[in-house]
Amino acid sequence: MFRFLLRRVALTVPTFIALMFVTFVAIRLVPGDPVEVRVGERGISAERLAHFRHELGLDQSIPKQFLDYATQLLHGDFGTSLATNQKVLTEFLALFPATLELAFAAMLFAVLLGIPAGTAAAARRGSLFDQTLMGLSVTGYSMPIFWWGLLAIMLVAERWGLTPVSGRIDLIKFYFEPVTGFMVIDAWLSGQAGAVKDALHHLVLPAVVLGTVPLAVIARMTRSSMLEVLSEDYVRTARAKGLPAWRVVGLHALRNALIPVVTVIGLQVGALMAGAVLTETIFSWPGVGKWLIESIGRRDYPALQGGVMLISSVVILVNVLVDVTYGAINPRIRHG
Amino acid sequence: MADSPQDLHPLRAFWASFCENRGAVIGFAFVLAIVLMALGAELIAPHGPNEQFREAVRAAPAWADNGSVRFLLGTDSLGRDLLTRLIYGARVSLFIGVAVMGVSFILGVALGLACVSFKGALGQAIDVAITRLMDLVMAVPGLVLAILVVAVLGPSLTNTIVAVTIVNLPRYVRLVRASALSELGKDYVTGARVAGVGPARLMLFTVLPNCLSPLIVQAALGVSDAILEAAALGFLGLGAQPPTAEWGTMLADAREFIRSDPWLVTLPGVAILVTVVSINLMGDGLRDALDPKMRRS
Repeated sequence: MFRFLLRRVALTVPTFIALMFVTFVAIRLVPGDPVEVRVGERGISAERLAHFRHELGLDQSIPKQFLDYATQLLHGDFGTSLATNQKVLTEFLALFPATLELAFAAMLFAVLLGIPAGTAAAARRGSLFDQTLMGLSVTGYSMPIFWWGLLAIMLVAERWGLTPVSGRIDLIKFYFEPVTGFMVIDAWLSGQAGAVKDALHHLVLPAVVLGTVPLAVIARMTRSSMLEVLSEDYVRTARAKGLPAWRVVGLHALRNALIPVVTVIGLQVGALMAGAVLTETIFSWPGVGKWLIESIGRRDYPALQGGVMLISSVVILVNVLVDVTYGAINPRIRHG
Repeated sequence: MADSPQDLHPLRAFWASFCENRGAVIGFAFVLAIVLMALGAELIAPHGPNEQFREAVRAAPAWADNGSVRFLLGTDSLGRDLLTRLIYGARVSLFIGVAVMGVSFILGVALGLACVSFKGALGQAIDVAITRLMDLVMAVPGLVLAILVVAVLGPSLTNTIVAVTIVNLPRYVRLVRASALSELGKDYVTGARVAGVGPARLMLFTVLPNCLSPLIVQAALGVSDAILEAAALGFLGLGAQPPTAEWGTMLADAREFIRSDPWLVTLPGVAILVTVVSINLMGDGLRDALDPKMRRS
């Protein structure tokens, strides 16, 4: 197991190097003078230009520049934002809990609804419920979530007034210093009456919107994996023993059917981060996705560069975690 | 079954098998209609895509109380006919989808076959280099990578195609590589080799045709992914630029009228959703018909 873990972690090293290389090259492809791009000043004087060229290391050779960039990254220095003059890593870490909270809630919604729905559809294969669910599932994973979000705001928030339109909490009623960065937990820690309810109230609509595509994928995957398992001999044995249908499906079959579903859930993390960019933009959710889009608008290239690097790193690490968990559940993967 | 599929012409057998899936046929019919609409936009559309009617800014659709049949789906904030722009938008979206699919298909085949074509240390080095590169692209969340590419190259229709192609390419490369690898071990390939077929011919005419089924399915589903991603870029203001009638961009423009004119927000999204669902339904049917192994139970 330990060797499997080591091998899996070692495999990410070339990916990280390539990722560094891509972000390194990308910022050099931005049209315009590299100093202007990274210092954000126009019509800069000759000596200031020379000063910044030296400070940014642009007077060095390209391989040396890449090496310096890699060294910086390995020391946890992801550059400095032009807009705020703060370290990109500091900004990212301040905003990341918001994204994590949203993504977690979305995944919870998708899993809690998707697995039972997929199981029920498989158990009643071909029924009206099954057909409806599969129809909804195709619609779900075809969903342009930026439109889905607007539609949700238009109907649920504006017309029916069931949820707030945007943000994480009502800032007029509640104020407290962030402790964990997770609004629901911070609200609970603050002890203010109604704060947790308000935070959850803000969370539910964006989470449902972000969770729609994973929900469709998980329901579909559970269904087909379940159908496969239900034709196995041990399921027939369980049925022959006279166990009630819910025990056969819910206990014996589901446990094995879930193995591929776990992988799919892990693979959705990347999609969730991409979806967060859109969902956060629509709901004014102050997370890393919205921040990334705003950085582009401000032409804050160091923030964009560092942000892409950090978001991708998170996804790579989560994928390693999924693989390792999967290897722990399923020895065939580990020794394959 | 009355007559076994073996007796039929392969295309007939394929069609019969495709028609077994009702959803696929419906999807196919919709795709056909959308393609015809896109091709004949000039003939069908009641107005010009950028024609402005100053006297009818944000006119209501025909079914509303103050709507008129002149603008069936109403007009946008610049007084342009929404129906017309949706029809022309189909052209932009389908063009992006097909362009991305075409380029990814060709590059995917070339890179995928390159992975398995060469022998010895050089061959292995090429294989590792391409596979690692594709792993990297897969590691970055699709939309985030597309955003990076467009932010660097500048927003435009062409750069949207470039960005979305980069994001989608790995799936094609991996698919070609994996199916070519499994085909290469089979007897008919050894037979062709023994018969003296050259390496290029072996790859392109012996191996490739046998890898096509999953690739065609991927291509069909790839079109819908590309359309969705391009629309998302358009929505973020990083895709096709105004005044191009692109569905995502139209949605972004309509955002501020979400309260006053909900149809401006609703209709472009419906257009995207219907197109993507139709293509996905058709793709599912293609998969069932072409690749019995992957058949959804």
